[in-house]
Amino acid sequence: MTETPAPEGTPAPAGAPDPDAPIRVFLVDDHGLFRSGVRAELDRGVAGSPEIEVAGEAGSVEEAVAGIAHLRPDVVLLDVHMPDGGGAEVLRRVRPNQPEVVFLALSVSDAAEDVIAVIRAGARGYVTKTISATELGDAVRRVRAGDPVFSPRLAGFVLDAFSDRPGAAPAVDPELDLLTRRERDVLRLLARGYAYKEIAGELFISVKTVETHVSSVLRKTQLSNRYELSRWASDRRLV
Amino acid sequence: MLTRRRSGRLVAGVAGGVADHLGIPVLWVRVAFVLLAGAQGSGVLAYALLWMFVRQEGLDVRRAVDRRERQQALGLTVLALGVGLAAATLNNGVIGWIVGPLGVAGVGVAVVWREADEAQRRRWAVGARAGVLGMGGSGGRAMVIRIVAGVLFVASGIAVFLLGQLNLGQLQFGVLAVLATIVGVAVLTVPWWVRLVRELGEERRERIVESERAEIAAHLHDSVLQTLALIQRQAADPREVQRLARGQERELRTWLYGPTGYGRGGTKAPTLDERLSVALGAAAAEVEDTYAITVNPVFVGDVPLDDGLRALVLASREAIVNAAKHAGVEEISVYVEVEAEQDGGEVHVFVRDRGKGFDPDAVPADRHGLADSIHRRMERHHGTVRLRSTPGEGTEVHLAMPVGAAEGQDQDGARQDDARQDDARQDDARQDDARQDDARHDERGDPVPAPTDEHEDAPR
Repeated sequence: MTETPAPEGTPAPAGAPDPDAPIRVFLVDDHGLFRSGVRAELDRGVAGSPEIEVAGEAGSVEEAVAGIAHLRPDVVLLDVHMPDGGGAEVLRRVRPNQPEVVFLALSVSDAAEDVIAVIRAGARGYVTKTISATELGDAVRRVRAGDPVFSPRLAGFVLDAFSDRPGAAPAVDPELDLLTRRERDVLRLLARGYAYKEIAGELFISVKTVETHVSSVLRKTQLSNRYELSRWASDRRLV
Repeated sequence: MLTRRRSGRLVAGVAGGVADHLGIPVLWVRVAFVLLAGAQGSGVLAYALLWMFVRQEGLDVRRAVDRRERQQALGLTVLALGVGLAAATLNNGVIGWIVGPLGVAGVGVAVVWREADEAQRRRWAVGARAGVLGMGGSGGRAMVIRIVAGVLFVASGIAVFLLGQLNLGQLQFGVLAVLATIVGVAVLTVPWWVRLVRELGEERRERIVESERAEIAAHLHDSVLQTLALIQRQAADPREVQRLARGQERELRTWLYGPTGYGRGGTKAPTLDERLSVALGAAAAEVEDTYAITVNPVFVGDVPLDDGLRALVLASREAIVNAAKHAGVEEISVYVEVEAEQDGGEVHVFVRDRGKGFDPDAVPADRHGLADSIHRRMERHHGTVRLRSTPGEGTEVHLAMPVGAAEGQDQDGARQDDARQDDARQDDARQDDARQDDARHDERGDPVPAPTDEHEDAPR
């Protein structure tokens, strides 16, 4: 993807390179056992097209930065918790040089601040490690095609962070610091476990429109000044 | 953190350390100290204080220092002392001749302190933990000579200073001499005092880390290791393994990331029933344990429980149980949203599965689960239930309950249910007796008096 979370926020045209070429995936996780597990699952062939192949893997931030620069994968599956700064550090170091690489955070952590931190650092999506192989394959294809991947939990976190509680700081930039009604609806359905197609049916809009809304939510999550979002990140010196 | 340089230093590495800390050339810092020395000698004082209280850097970092810089630094040091003395003399003639001998004493102190730095370095290098005063022995004769010389400097400085006060009487001289000696000894031993305090602090920190480690080890042993052992023994039964693993995962997650968990620095045990998310999370966990399925609750917002919300939790639990029993799926999504407003608001719970689904109109009237446990309970507390189900596509139950609603008429009924629920939770299935669950779940699967047909099609 040539797309970065640019202010316009529209997803890049899907499959800008060759849509049928296999998607090359790079695994970053400090647990060798988990890496080999994911690798085996992805190599065994996850049904669907295009195919997914594991191009390489890394167990530390240094290895990951070097490996991604060398192998130029399409998608990086990124662990959130690692020594030396974790997933956010990898994002911080790789993204300026290789904006075309797409990151999908894959983490065992359930903590909102961890998840929001990698999303804000530039990951295109977040899924938990308990995800099934088929769903993981779908998620990889979807981020590769330019669409963000929101697990229900992530949708919940984002809704929570953008919710207007009594006493919340007023929005500085309404364009970025508030979700539109439609975006909120889409997020709610995502949090309820709906697939994009089901959301489209429920709200009487097209799947493409759902994708646009989700992209715009992702962009707002990454760029918004909302206190809750900034605080999580800045508390941990991630921004 | 500010540390004093260990290599590439002239006196104590203070200037170098400050320069490293501020990211500016060391020359600037040295010049600044010289200039400050001109202001009532405050530069010299500042240097001494930094020397006393800033620790040396821990590792031997090699710095190349060329001769020119070394000479420059030496010149600046002499200049600083000179400037300090001159400033003092200019300001006040009396202070001038006091400062003279005290200056000599100061040089002596510097020599001894420097020796203490060396002793510290050697200790680190050898890795031996000598006693607090164990600076002898490893340094050799040169060190002893240097220390003796330093002490002599101090002593003679003080002596000359005192002799300058010849107009004093015998008694006053004696008292002053004792005081001066005490001050001299105190100043000379400053490095050892500082080290003593630091070591005490470090020891305390190590103890804290140690107990922390012990706590984590104990927790892992009690929970994770036990579960792994159980899993090995149950390896032939994938369902049981799944249940054990999921239960352990949930427990560890709560411990790590939960509202009062380890990762939050919380120490007190979480109290159930306080908040909606805790109560509903516990209910979901219980169903998960009982039916060996995965329930993924997602919460947006949270409120303290009231009677209406307790009923909501029980109704949600029933909905999750229904999904677990009848939908034939491995996973159930639960989404809870609190629409908080200043006065009240509403809580929505969505329980969704992608299982078999059914035709809501075709449910026999004697099926109490849906009617009693969900519909009536919600109605009693002014909540609403909406059910959507399509055969083959799954079911979604939408429960809505106003927050802080007027008390329902049928309070007692609701209370009884609550009490029963609490009982059920107290004998919460632990992993080690998970096998007995089959027998037990019949007793506690449904909080309402369950009709017999509810149990015959339980997923076992």
